[in-house]
Amino acid sequence: MDFTFTDDQLAFREAVSRFLMTEAAPEMLREIWDTDIGRSPELRKSLAEQGLTALSVPENCCGLGMDDVAWALMTQELGYYAIPDSLADVAYVAAGLITALPAGTAEREAWLVRIAEGSIRIAVGHPVNPLVADANPADLLLLAHGDEVHAVPRAQVEIEANASIDLSRRLARVRWTPATASLIADGEAGRALWAQTLNRGALSTAGQLLGLAQRMLDLSVDYVAQRKQFGKPIGSFQAVKHHLADVATKIEFAKPVLYRAAYALAHGEAGADARVSHAKLACGEAAWLAARHGIQVHGAMGYTWEVDLQMFMKRAWALDASWGDRGFHKSRVADAILVEGAALGPGHTFEE
Amino acid sequence: MDLAYTPRQKAFREEVRAWLAANLPRESLASYDTREGFEQHREWERKLFDARLSMVIWPEALGGRGCDLIEWLIFEEEYYGAGAPMRVNQNGQLLLGPTLIEFGTEAQKARFLPRMASSEDMWAQGWSEPNAGSDMAAITSKAILSADGSHYVVNGQKTWSTRASFADWLFGLFRSDPGSSRHHGLSYLAVPLDAPGVTIRPIQALNGKQAFAEIFFDDVKVPVENRIGDEGQGWHVAMATAGFERGLLLRSPARFQYTARKLVELYKAHREVADRDPSIRDAVIEAWTGTEAYALSAYHTVGRLAKGARIGAEASTNKIYWSELDLKMHETAMRILGPFAELTGDAPEAVEAARWLDGFLFAQAGPIYAGTNEIQRNIIAERMLGLPK
Ligand SMILES: Cc1cc2nc3c(=O)[nH]c(=O)nc-3n(C[C@H](O)[C@H](O)[C@H](O)COP(=O)(O)OP(=O)(O)OC[C@H]3O[C@@H](n4cnc5c(N)ncnc54)[C@H](O)[C@@H]3O)c2cc1C
Repeated sequence: MDFTFTDDQLAFREAVSRFLMTEAAPEMLREIWDTDIGRSPELRKSLAEQGLTALSVPENCCGLGMDDVAWALMTQELGYYAIPDSLADVAYVAAGLITALPAGTAEREAWLVRIAEGSIRIAVGHPVNPLVADANPADLLLLAHGDEVHAVPRAQVEIEANASIDLSRRLARVRWTPATASLIADGEAGRALWAQTLNRGALSTAGQLLGLAQRMLDLSVDYVAQRKQFGKPIGSFQAVKHHLADVATKIEFAKPVLYRAAYALAHGEAGADARVSHAKLACGEAAWLAARHGIQVHGAMGYTWEVDLQMFMKRAWALDASWGDRGFHKSRVADAILVEGAALGPGHTFEE
Repeated sequence: MDLAYTPRQKAFREEVRAWLAANLPRESLASYDTREGFEQHREWERKLFDARLSMVIWPEALGGRGCDLIEWLIFEEEYYGAGAPMRVNQNGQLLLGPTLIEFGTEAQKARFLPRMASSEDMWAQGWSEPNAGSDMAAITSKAILSADGSHYVVNGQKTWSTRASFADWLFGLFRSDPGSSRHHGLSYLAVPLDAPGVTIRPIQALNGKQAFAEIFFDDVKVPVENRIGDEGQGWHVAMATAGFERGLLLRSPARFQYTARKLVELYKAHREVADRDPSIRDAVIEAWTGTEAYALSAYHTVGRLAKGARIGAEASTNKIYWSELDLKMHETAMRILGPFAELTGDAPEAVEAARWLDGFLFAQAGPIYAGTNEIQRNIIAERMLGLPK
């Protein structure tokens, strides 16, 4: 029993953080917000050069074969820097779906290699999300028709763009016609793929939400330490302190929930659904509280376009309801714990 | 990350489970806030000790079993999962014990710890004074070293000392340098409560029982070998004790997970009525998510400690977290029980309700004792987040 990360995993996180700190600085976020596609080919290129697109691609397809647990750290960094890129959707969520296809499925290996080298963008249209994120710049879309999974080239779909409050999130309604040519899984297999993909999508957003919460807390701490009123830094006032202490506490107790969920997914545990939903709820609540208290302690400054806080707040508001809103995840938790014979209470945290 | 228990850990769980199944008292013990209940609990503690299950993480030589912290969590899971009695000697075993292990002399450890593990000595905690509550550095009770340096002479008053009416010993902070102020010049002493000059006046708590007491010291002689840590260094030692109190040891997750499980059962049994208020179901779900998060955090922390990390101010997040969670769960139970929640008598409906009511009353104190939650928020803001004083 060891519920901690290895030194290697922590060092990896540190390296990703250092990289994003310079490659995805807030000024760059603003620049990308202003572009048409909301994506930067240069950023994608440097992400690929760092090997980040290859993380969960299996080793025999030029990837690093890292599991969900590593992604729990990685997605926190992606959230912390609010990176304007669909890296997690492509390299984790879509890569996971494609990896789970039976070996020998046409193009499976080719797609995985291209994901690893960063030369393909894939958008995932899961039924739980009414609109598809990043459909427009995608090369390939993974779309649902009932239980069926289809892989549809961008050229074969019609896209109606929808702006999000988070300007680097580009959503779209996608129109397409299911055809046998695009079918890659159906029936029981298709259902399982969509179920697993939902968990990966939710875990990925949970991790990002936690990173966003931490970023908003850090920004707020910095702000209240330098902003003065009544002749003192406002951070010395207790009401301000207590707002931020509450955010820190929420974050502290969301982290291990995320890690537990990642492990449950990586090991295909029977209770993984509830674990992932728990993580999504805990991280979403932390991020929303960080946003609410963050804007409050920034005063009117927090209500402006000018301060960086807004970019992280908007991402948090958006992600909280993507890959399943709170009601969705709460009912999955309820399904697990309110049934007869549920394994609850002391001694069931790690064993089912 | 490897979340499978080792064979040794599994065997330990089995052993504890089997022992509890064979030895748990058939009737629940009387409240330890009564003399009768206190002695019943002492007997139970003795039984645990004889099975070497009293202080599982202490070294064997000190009356423990030499378990690691994961095994301790397993023990707690089995213990509370089985609905075993609350531990009556928590102040000694969970707060002073680890403090002695860190700061005590070999002689003090040998003298105090085994008797504490067996609950032959029951301990009370003496921090608070009438004018030193949240502001603990305002302590005025004095302990003045005698001219020959052999003993301290203690004068003053302590208050809110849990179960001091029945306890054998008190540990606490006293001003040993009369010219000092605030955190300086304090010493940490162990005082026998039957020493001449000690007067104890019980205070009735919300539940009508003697949950705590005031203690008056009138020229009480305390041998110098009862000082824990150096002369004048009491604050430093006391902060370690406070850290144990807020951190993991005092409130292991299992206790709250047990409450959450009971709450889910209560909800299911009264679902028809409870569901008239949709927010109740929500609160029941949060009982599980909340206690589970606390357990996960404990395992995560224990893992980090095993790798050499130290927990600092983030221990204060624990204190806020468990106390608010406990309160919320008991409030939810009261709401589910509705008009039965107020019952304390012998009506058939009252048996279950009274247990929840007891817990509800005690949960009110959680955000107050062990340093109020406001004070914990200050600590988090200043020491964890680095905000200015
Ligand atoms: C059930 C129970 C058991 C206890 N057991 C023991 C024991 O065994 N031994 C022992 O020594 N003590 C014990 N205590 C006492 C406990 O430690 C104190 O009650 C606690 O430290 C608060 O002190 P106080 O009661 O004097 O409240 P006060 O300090 O008067 O505080 C009252 C209110 O003001 C707030 N407040 C005070 N100062 C500040 C500040 N700077 N910023 C913001 N808010 C502030 C507090 O948070 C609180 O809400 C126990 C208390 C209870 C309820």
